[in-house]
Amino acid sequence: MPTTINVNGKSREFDAAADTPLLWVLRDELKLTGTKFGCGAGLCGACSVHLDGELVRSCQILAQDAVGRSVTTIEGIDGKVAEAVMAAWMKLDVAQCGYCQPGQVMAAIGLLSQIPKPTDDDIDKSMDGNACRCATYHRIRAAIHEAAKAI
Amino acid sequence: MTTSPITSIFAYTPELSTPAVAVAPVEPNRRTFLKLSGSGLALGLAAPVRFGGVGLGALGSTAAEAKVGAGLADAFLRIAPDNTVTVIIKHVDIGQGAATGLATLVAEELDASWTQIRTEFAPSDPVVYKNSAFGVQGVGGSTGLATSFEQYRKVGATARAMLVAAAAKEWGVATSEVSVTNGVLSIKSGKTASFGAMADAASKFPVPAEATLKTPEQFVYIGKSFPRVDSRAKSTGTATFTIDVQMDGMLTAVIARPPKFGATVKAFDATAAEKVSGVVKVLQVPQGVAVLANNTWAAIKGRDALKVTWDESKAETRSSSDILTEYRALLDKPGAVARKDGDVAAAFAKAAKVVEADFEFPFLAHATMEPMDCVIRYDGSSAEIWTGSQLQTVDHGAAASALQLKPEAIKLNTMWAGGSFGRRAIADAHYVVEACSIAKAFGKPVPIKVIWTREDDIKGGYYRPVYVHRLKAGIDKDGNIIAWQHRIVGQSIIAGTPFEGMMVKDGVDVTSVEGANNLPYAIPNITVDLHTVKLGVPVLWWRSVGATHTAHSTEHMMDMLAKEAGRDPVAFREAHLKGKPRHLAALKLATEKAGWGQPLPPNTYRGVAVHESFASYVAQVAEVTLDGTGGFKVTRIVSAIDCGLAVNPDIVHAQVEGGIGYGLGAALRNEITLAKGGAVEQSNFDSYQPLRISDMPKIESHIVASAAPPTGVGEPGTPVALPAVANALFAASGQKTLKLPMTKQAYKTS
Repeated sequence: MPTTINVNGKSREFDAAADTPLLWVLRDELKLTGTKFGCGAGLCGACSVHLDGELVRSCQILAQDAVGRSVTTIEGIDGKVAEAVMAAWMKLDVAQCGYCQPGQVMAAIGLLSQIPKPTDDDIDKSMDGNACRCATYHRIRAAIHEAAKAI
Repeated sequence: MTTSPITSIFAYTPELSTPAVAVAPVEPNRRTFLKLSGSGLALGLAAPVRFGGVGLGALGSTAAEAKVGAGLADAFLRIAPDNTVTVIIKHVDIGQGAATGLATLVAEELDASWTQIRTEFAPSDPVVYKNSAFGVQGVGGSTGLATSFEQYRKVGATARAMLVAAAAKEWGVATSEVSVTNGVLSIKSGKTASFGAMADAASKFPVPAEATLKTPEQFVYIGKSFPRVDSRAKSTGTATFTIDVQMDGMLTAVIARPPKFGATVKAFDATAAEKVSGVVKVLQVPQGVAVLANNTWAAIKGRDALKVTWDESKAETRSSSDILTEYRALLDKPGAVARKDGDVAAAFAKAAKVVEADFEFPFLAHATMEPMDCVIRYDGSSAEIWTGSQLQTVDHGAAASALQLKPEAIKLNTMWAGGSFGRRAIADAHYVVEACSIAKAFGKPVPIKVIWTREDDIKGGYYRPVYVHRLKAGIDKDGNIIAWQHRIVGQSIIAGTPFEGMMVKDGVDVTSVEGANNLPYAIPNITVDLHTVKLGVPVLWWRSVGATHTAHSTEHMMDMLAKEAGRDPVAFREAHLKGKPRHLAALKLATEKAGWGQPLPPNTYRGVAVHESFASYVAQVAEVTLDGTGGFKVTRIVSAIDCGLAVNPDIVHAQVEGGIGYGLGAALRNEITLAKGGAVEQSNFDSYQPLRISDMPKIESHIVASAAPPTGVGEPGTPVALPAVANALFAASGQKTLKLPMTKQAYKTS
């Protein structure tokens, strides 16, 4: 049955089984592949998106449950915080393989939207669910501080 | 990995190979474009700088390769009228920065502007794009930049000479009067031209036989940290990984895989799976039972609904505990000799003190963030494959065998890869082969994306093998090490693969003993021997390979000996590193920057380690803080690397930072274990916990200044972190770290 959700400010229609996680609707139906599959169990954060401005794991939310709410993916982020985060990520060349980085960027925007000047401890607590096997953590911390300066 | 050509092992000869063209991964019309531009009818498309025939010879290829390359267009570089300079990247970029590194080499000699540089992955071609260390296309063993250093610089220098020749002719001056700076050609009279404006004219000039390379003092890019070419795409979610490939009508496949290594399908019931909405087909393949569906979720649900009965008669059923028991028993028996200097037995008889320690290392999964995946489109007579291949020639040849096609009927596209750490460099090309198996069994010319779920990845084998070591060393009354006996037990990564001929010598797999058989310390009597054990668990190189275990056992033993000798661990190492200036320089830089010997915060202790791998030398000082209840936190690691000339120092630092983190994950808590009966006990990131940001210490990375040729940086930072942390814990608690990971014991102040 066709369903409509709001993604990145636009109404998007898709047809998927009722139990389909938002992640797979974004990737397979809407072709928004910036949101990554990492674990399918809410353990790695690669699939992080914003739902009504709140950071969520899209593999743990049914697409049906996003009806009537506003989904923002890495492709649709904008505003001062998002720009500062992406600029800092590029300035410090945070990415290595880059696969987890859209999720890291979404999580960092979430953090800075809540705590504009986070400490290392705030960063560690807030970003602990976002795994990076390249272990770019050292630069993620630095980039969040860098972005905080620009906001 | 190896320095011997391995071309002959692959069913892929130069005669059969498709002439390489610079093809963008998903762009079908490039051949047409080349034909048009080659005939001078560029029609607004790029007018490439060409590298054919003579050009390949100038790039250091053999006569045979020049013949194959004759008529080859823009194999390494394309300069377009829009002034973009596209460097063709022959290695996969798994995060190590291959694209940026190789582009830097071209930009340097071309005197391009960094902003005009673009990169594109090369098509698969075992001759044109071979890694000189392997003899075929592929990357591994941290060889990517080192083996391309001259080649890619020559590409840039050759193109520069052609652009200069074209400008000189146009302006009626001698070539010596044309200068090139930051992407602009100019002469003193004030005339200037961009590369793009001169590209068409330059392409008509012959390729010079010799291109003059810059001397190091002329470098503009090399040795500086220019930004990565992939940062924007990777920070904004636009980089295309294999899992992101989208095509009309594409199906997604997942495979129900055996619960134990070596088990096979006995029977299956697909009734429920086929009822899942979106499931298109259920197929038995050699690797298990594949479920093809219109979308990923349906494929996963279909697989969950399958009922498969497995034949476990040939499965590996030993548990980790069984394996360790067998390995420990072998420690008492002599193995195949990897190194023998002097007379160890006689030296032990004279030793004032002897220290003996047995070490145990678990299986480790690579756990790349992007799970294994491969996209294939096969129509019965040809195929196209998209994957993040680390060994393109191996994957290409294996696909040809699996599909029973000639290699030239297959096009293999290299994609950005979401991590590898060795996992995508596989002798059996298994995840490419399984995609071929599915495509062949399905028999319809639709694109199929095969993906591994995280559970498939964690349970799927190809692990760093289990190793057990026994290390026994003796010192004389003055604290000099006089005897060193090192025995290693474990599976061979290489045995049974096409690499066996080169990398297993006299029963010794070099990857099992590297780091042990080349122990740098001046010790008159050394024996290193090896028991190679057969086990039905697929194993593979894991970032830094042999050093993952040999660095730990040897460097941890050094601290045990230093303690027995009553010496400072740094001074003790220095005393035994005579004639090893690169080890000594790394050790000096790391310990100076760390403030070795200076006071530390309460409950905080230091440890040091130094190790050579992949021709680079790394020393690290770790600081750990005990929490008083047996736990601890690694708070700071100071690292120094001598990797020869650092082409992009910032990427060197990034690789060291990440390498340390990768090593720390293994040090702190990673292990794969087999339960009674042989099933893997871990399944996802809950039971195989990756290092988290809260685990990450402050890292200070330093580079030893060097003009030596560049050497590896992707791996050498990893293995040193384990013994550095273990030695800090040893200093803190007196407890040795003999079994990894470190969760196996509590560390308390002694």
